[in-house]
Amino acid sequence: MKTSQLIDALAADPKPQGPSLSARFCVALGAGALVSACLFLAIAGPRSDIAAAAHTLRFDLKFVDTLALALPSALLALRLLRPDARPGALALVLSAPFLLLGAAVVMELTLVPADLWGAKLIGSNAMHCLTIIPLLSIAPLAALLFAMRDGAPQHPGVAGALAGAAAAGIAATLYASNCPDDSPLFVASWYPLATLIVVAVGAVAGGRLLRW
Amino acid sequence: MSAAVGDGQSDEKWAGMMRAAIAGDEAVYRRLLEEIGRSVRAMARGAFARARSGDADVEDVVQETLLAIHLKRNSWDRSLRLGPWVGAIARHKVIDAMRRRGARRFQPIEDFETILAAPEAEDPHARSDAERLIGQLAPRQRDIVRSISLDGQSIASTAARLAMSEGAVRVALHRSLKLLAAAWRSASP
Repeated sequence: MKTSQLIDALAADPKPQGPSLSARFCVALGAGALVSACLFLAIAGPRSDIAAAAHTLRFDLKFVDTLALALPSALLALRLLRPDARPGALALVLSAPFLLLGAAVVMELTLVPADLWGAKLIGSNAMHCLTIIPLLSIAPLAALLFAMRDGAPQHPGVAGALAGAAAAGIAATLYASNCPDDSPLFVASWYPLATLIVVAVGAVAGGRLLRW
Repeated sequence: MSAAVGDGQSDEKWAGMMRAAIAGDEAVYRRLLEEIGRSVRAMARGAFARARSGDADVEDVVQETLLAIHLKRNSWDRSLRLGPWVGAIARHKVIDAMRRRGARRFQPIEDFETILAAPEAEDPHARSDAERLIGQLAPRQRDIVRSISLDGQSIASTAARLAMSEGAVRVALHRSLKLLAAAWRSASP
């Protein structure tokens, strides 16, 4: 086929319709989060002492951490849908949850006696953390990947991994309100591990679904 | 006039044409795709020459790029220049084509904006894989794409010949173009 003939077919194809890529991305993010929130309320729900816990720094810090992961990951995933995108300063913001967590761990190590470190780290619910966070990530990750198929990322695997990180951030935000372990030693050990599972799934799925 | 794509004037023109095209101006869209095609052809030829891999794939890259530009229009920010966006898509498609050819190492395509400044006309003998890939579509879709591209028929006359509504032909055409892009992606040389 000659290129002029292909252009005939492209020109005859109707103009793009519907909402913009970023609008679709935001709807997918919201819808995925909503489905996960319903699922979370159905299977776990917030812990019973949440009103008292909300006044403790360690509990609140979990949400700062998880949101610091979810928001920059989502923004970066959206930006990388443009083929000529440069990550820019947003990539640096992605280090925020790790820096926060690192500082919290140092603080915890100075405040808590060394013979309690092991117990704090292992906590009471590590397996819950490793199963519930990936489970609650499924809906946001699927919704995001679906919306992102309209984009043209230079590196589909990276874009998928970031969608995974955003989904894990949402899931971890929900789960943090149920998780009885607030010590940064626990959070720094198990939350990143659960996130890594979702990021890996996102990278593999993105590498397949977001190719163009 | 030898303005590069990165050059404000020529690039602003492309962005304006794309905005008009998205608003539904078919004639401007056709002219824009022709101009982009000529620029991408020059860039792809240069890239393949530097990689010493022959220019058998040049027209494939041009057509894959135009198809991607068409299907991914949504990913262009209308307030930005069009040239860098086109260049990024073309570069992606050149690298894809070289990968399919089994090239292990690529010359980085740094200077696409200057290469794009010397547009090249289509070689009348050049053929792409598109025709073979269209052959893999379902019969009805194949018929519609051939009618509108190879035979140069309009949507209206294609619809009349196939006893379909124009809307149905448009939907089938759009779907076929998406399938064509997917087939190209997974095509081996």
